[in-house]
Amino acid sequence: MMRAALPPGRLLRNVLARLLLWLSAAATCALLLLVAGYIFFRGAPGVSLELLTGRDSVLEGTVGILPSILNTLYVIAVSLAIVVPVGVGAAIYLTEYAQNRRLAGAMAFAAETLAGIPSILYAMVGVMVFCTALGLQRTLLAGSLTLAVMTLPTVIRTTQESLKSVPRSYREGALGLGAGQWRTIRTVVLPSSLDGMITGCILAVGRVVGESAVLMYTAGLSTAMQDFGTIQGLMRASGATLSVALYVYAKERSDFAAAFSVATVLLVLAALLNLAALLIGRRATRRKGGGHG
Amino acid sequence: MAERIILSARELDFYYGHTQALRHISLDIPANQVTALIGPSGCGKTTFLRAINRMNDLVAGARAKGSLAFHGREIYSPDQDVIDLRRRIGMVFQRPNPFPMSIYDNVAYGPRTHGVRGRERLDGVVEQALRAAAIWDEVKDRLKRSALGLSGGQQQRLCIARALAVEPEVLLLDEATSALDPISTARVEELIASLQGQYTIVMVTHNMQQAARVSGRTAFFLGGELVEAGRTERLFSMPRDKRTEGYLTGQFG
Amino acid sequence: MTRRPGEYAMKTLFLVCGLTAVAFVLLITGYLVFSGLPAIRRVGVAGFLLGDTWDAANPEDPRFGILPLLLTTVYGAAGATAAGVPLGFLTALFLAKAAPPWLARLVRPAVGVLAGIPSVVYGLVGMCVLLPLLRERLDLPAGDSLLAAILMLAVMILPTVISVSEAALEAVPREMEEASLALGATPVETYFRVTAPAASSGVAAAVALGVGRAIGEAMAILMVAGNVANMPSLLGSVRFLTTGIAMELAYAPAGSLQQQALLSIGLVLLLFVLLVNVLLSLALKRGKEGG
Repeated sequence: MMRAALPPGRLLRNVLARLLLWLSAAATCALLLLVAGYIFFRGAPGVSLELLTGRDSVLEGTVGILPSILNTLYVIAVSLAIVVPVGVGAAIYLTEYAQNRRLAGAMAFAAETLAGIPSILYAMVGVMVFCTALGLQRTLLAGSLTLAVMTLPTVIRTTQESLKSVPRSYREGALGLGAGQWRTIRTVVLPSSLDGMITGCILAVGRVVGESAVLMYTAGLSTAMQDFGTIQGLMRASGATLSVALYVYAKERSDFAAAFSVATVLLVLAALLNLAALLIGRRATRRKGGGHG
Repeated sequence: MAERIILSARELDFYYGHTQALRHISLDIPANQVTALIGPSGCGKTTFLRAINRMNDLVAGARAKGSLAFHGREIYSPDQDVIDLRRRIGMVFQRPNPFPMSIYDNVAYGPRTHGVRGRERLDGVVEQALRAAAIWDEVKDRLKRSALGLSGGQQQRLCIARALAVEPEVLLLDEATSALDPISTARVEELIASLQGQYTIVMVTHNMQQAARVSGRTAFFLGGELVEAGRTERLFSMPRDKRTEGYLTGQFG
Repeated sequence: MTRRPGEYAMKTLFLVCGLTAVAFVLLITGYLVFSGLPAIRRVGVAGFLLGDTWDAANPEDPRFGILPLLLTTVYGAAGATAAGVPLGFLTALFLAKAAPPWLARLVRPAVGVLAGIPSVVYGLVGMCVLLPLLRERLDLPAGDSLLAAILMLAVMILPTVISVSEAALEAVPREMEEASLALGATPVETYFRVTAPAASSGVAAAVALGVGRAIGEAMAILMVAGNVANMPSLLGSVRFLTTGIAMELAYAPAGSLQQQALLSIGLVLLLFVLLVNVLLSLALKRGKEGG
């Protein structure tokens, strides 16, 4: 690109530095391709309609992950049903109502810290509080509650960020027209921060789908079909989500074919969630960019 | 008076993608004097300045047509060594932009880049550059402290020292005082005046009083064209072009 | 101001949400701190932290020394950082500055996907690729080792390190790089000598987040580290603080000293993470003052 008659030593250093950058990036990409490629290579052939819609049977020698899929959906639904209202509500209070700066700062710090707590600690608290002390036993319900607590900081933080990005003038405009604070939030603030909240939910779903440590200990390891038909069944259901099932297949049953098939499904889910978050993020920036001219 | 011409543009056109930013610029810049480039914003003066040390290369789609020569050598010739060009043609920017490192390391950055090694040699270069930029006395006791702790005016003079430390022949100043308060501005102007004779200085400014105070020659740009250039006293007292007169009398700008 | 009942109700509702969130935080941290203390008090701080034998399930003579776990976590996180941070940082520098735009546009989302892959999936790949490789190359009876865990963690912290560093590098003012170029530095010299130092506080944040993730990871290393509570050696089977909890959480009888000791490990782990967090916010604050 540039003809540079650099002294030999300096030229060498430049070439080496540039080479280092390219090699590092190449190594990172190689690792990524290796991980993803290997999972697909070993897992994709096993992903079939029977796998996705069937169940494990020792007698017939079949492996099916429908129970794990249903368990995963159960955990996603229940934990989101708790964490979204509480998290969004808390974020609204912190951003829109809280007068006390120090209190809001402390809450933000707490949320930040909570987000960095290793999941194995949530597992421990889940086992001792939800399963034992509250008597829920090792059930999907206990697991979902634990995950709701674990994802709370994520939802609060992303919601707060999107609320903060709503221009002050929007609020002032609505308040100036005589709208009350809640009316302002409902009609002006929430609609323009919706994208950020959805992104927060996607992140939370990603964590729930990927989580295994917490659920192994709080929700159970069974890959048998659970009874979701009755209230009692819903309360007592105990089993493995996809991530936990992967662990069970790999570590306890040494059924690596099944494990890699589950891994493939999880990888595709991770990519889809990532894509969804990316698209929503892009839409949000575009809209904001347009809003400011 | 025989003036040595150090930079010379002939029928220079400059494009950003499909937009033409400069049209048929022909301008000679004499050595060891201060030349001011004036004109309303968007007139091309900054583009011309940044064409001289090829900082415009950083913009995608930027290209030059025509001739722009430094010591008779084409700046945009394919075998031009850009690194060497930029060492010989220093630049000071609109906002002070010291590196987030110590005052000493800021000034030593250029010499080190170009292979000056050895504590004593570097110490000498740093001191000389800081003295030349008239900031030595203010910072000599805190050379190891962060440059970000200096005031805006001091930072700008530090940036000038940093540019001088690589011993350039030409110094390009891109509205170097527009972000400074009046007192700091006055000090930088004094500094510029003291540097001429030793360095060729090309400065972009939209402060006409400043051009009148500091420069020996002035070039007036408008709409990507060079309207008029000449000795500063003459251009400010007897502009030949109606448009120059209009600009100087504040009819637009 | 007139107080409308609807407005008041909503405000109260949101306050309740906020308080619920705070209650959860207090519940968790409080629970970990207060339940973690009794076992430490029974075993003694020195005996707990510096004891070199962990044998909590032994009914006759249980031992609760977590030094092997503690050192394994320190070595593991340090090793993963030493391997993962330079690679991640250089990749970030490449993506932010040196890469052709089309290439960066291709690699960036891929890194995002890498970040979203669940730990167990990494663990699985580790079991099936890394462990046989180590067995063969190093002629080990089993590949499960601290080395395997370090390599695993290094890959797992990469996406965090890359994305956070890249954001910091992108945020370096363009004028600073221009100043360097105008002095006759080459672009590559500018990246390493101006851009990277100017982004140092952001890169420090990336490192801290990476270290935090390495300290907290459990499942992936549970699958590759062997999980015997030996004093750490690179090729030996080791147990981390996290996997120390994971190994026994399901079996420890409720209310037993063993379970309390697990809570104490949890407390130590929590303090570790908080320490990293504090260092992180210090780094960020320094960066803000500097800029």
